[in-house]
Amino acid sequence: MIQAPVIEVRTVGMSFGNGTGARAVLTDISFDVVEGAFLCIVGPSGCGKTTLLRLLAGLLRTTTGVIRCHGEPVTVPSRDRAIIFQDYSKALLPWRTVANNVALALEACGVEEPERGAQVSALLRTMGLTRAADQYPSQLSGGMQQRVQIARCLAQRPRILLMDEPFGALDAITRQGLQDEVTRLALELGTTVVFITHDLEEAIYLGDHVIVLAANPGRIVERIEVGIARPRSQLATREDPRFLAHRHRLFDMLQDH
Amino acid sequence: MRPSRRTLRGLVIPIVLFIAWEAGSRAGILPMDTMSRPSDIASAAHTGFADGSILLATWETCEAAFTGFAIAAVIGLLAGIVLGLTPRLERIVGPTVDALRPIPAVALIPLALMLFGFGLRMEASVIAFACVWPILIVTIAAVRGIEPRLLEVARALEMSFFARVLKIIVPAALGRIVVGLRLALGIALIVAVTVEIVLNPRGLGHGMMGAQQSLRPELMYAQLLWLALIGWLLNRLTLFLAAHWAGGAIDVDRAGPAL
Repeated sequence: MIQAPVIEVRTVGMSFGNGTGARAVLTDISFDVVEGAFLCIVGPSGCGKTTLLRLLAGLLRTTTGVIRCHGEPVTVPSRDRAIIFQDYSKALLPWRTVANNVALALEACGVEEPERGAQVSALLRTMGLTRAADQYPSQLSGGMQQRVQIARCLAQRPRILLMDEPFGALDAITRQGLQDEVTRLALELGTTVVFITHDLEEAIYLGDHVIVLAANPGRIVERIEVGIARPRSQLATREDPRFLAHRHRLFDMLQDH
Repeated sequence: MRPSRRTLRGLVIPIVLFIAWEAGSRAGILPMDTMSRPSDIASAAHTGFADGSILLATWETCEAAFTGFAIAAVIGLLAGIVLGLTPRLERIVGPTVDALRPIPAVALIPLALMLFGFGLRMEASVIAFACVWPILIVTIAAVRGIEPRLLEVARALEMSFFARVLKIIVPAALGRIVVGLRLALGIALIVAVTVEIVLNPRGLGHGMMGAQQSLRPELMYAQLLWLALIGWLLNRLTLFLAAHWAGGAIDVDRAGPAL
């Protein structure tokens, strides 16, 4: 069965500035993402991958080309597309407790009490934050703060989850734990995910598909289908011959560009 | 706030000064016609409070100060939030603000008198003019200083303008805005008394001028010391409110020394 893509990116170009000072950040980007798929976009710093995610979120507008989500052109942000920022500490409201940070998304969705409280409790339980409910973000570790942000994004019940190097600032053990939780949740909820990272192994481990970007200007140089069944395991999957083959290929690819 | 050891220590110097003042006066070292004895000041204060005249004057001064401050707070906060969020508008309005701001508020007393005559409205309008600038400027800077990521979170959640202002912008900027409000409240009291001393026939400023002109320095001192106490209490009150009101905002902690 051929599914209609949830996200369609068509010959998207993005440049900052105008006239002779214009600097092309992205050029000729085209790809599709089908419902429930997990797409990883990997590339070196400065390849425009964060810009691409912000375009998908609607926080920026494309200079050329078009992005469609569920058939509608993306021009402004929508609660249907949740974005998880890398700098979790800046994305949380420091004056609100963990529970109230999660409640913010429900307030924006117009969910009233007592339904709101019930949903917050459920989300906190899902993300393992129940005991931290009444704490302030500054009292939590980085991993816990990122969990709060993920819980807030899940609260808005998005059909698309956009993640901008969400685990880049976390230690290896915390990162692996969250990688597995996010993939499990996305699978359970049927959420479509676009995941940005500069970590090749992370991209292959998480993605159904991986798109490789090169810099100056940002462009797609390779796309692969990972083809490793889920659920994956941090040990076995990373030792899988297919995983290693992908890793070699993409590593060389990034070296060449 | 229980009286801490710090507060008690702080009282040592004033008490010693009052005793020295009383002793110097009784010993004939200090001139009686300009430096009333603390004991005379105390009895003048007692009479003034007993007949209600000082309390009435206090009410009149505070009424004007708070009215002017409230007007300035509403205008300064609203305009500050709008201008802080729209740099383009700020570039248009900015030069006018810079031109108006240096005008000494007391220089507007003649104009205010023409517009409103004697009384509360005239006094409050001058106070409002003086108070609006620190509130406006601090609010603009506070809104500008909000973490841009938080505004993106609000956009990503499709929050309405009012929800954004109430749930993101005001709480995020509150710690700094409170500093501006405290500055303005201090200015409000200064300008209130100034307007009363210069010409408005009401309040403690007018009361002090009357006492001075009727050669009753002890009554003037009584009101002056009372005014100092009010200023001190007002400052403590705003500190207390700032700490409780913006308790969760980390900015308040960071702005601690400035408060």
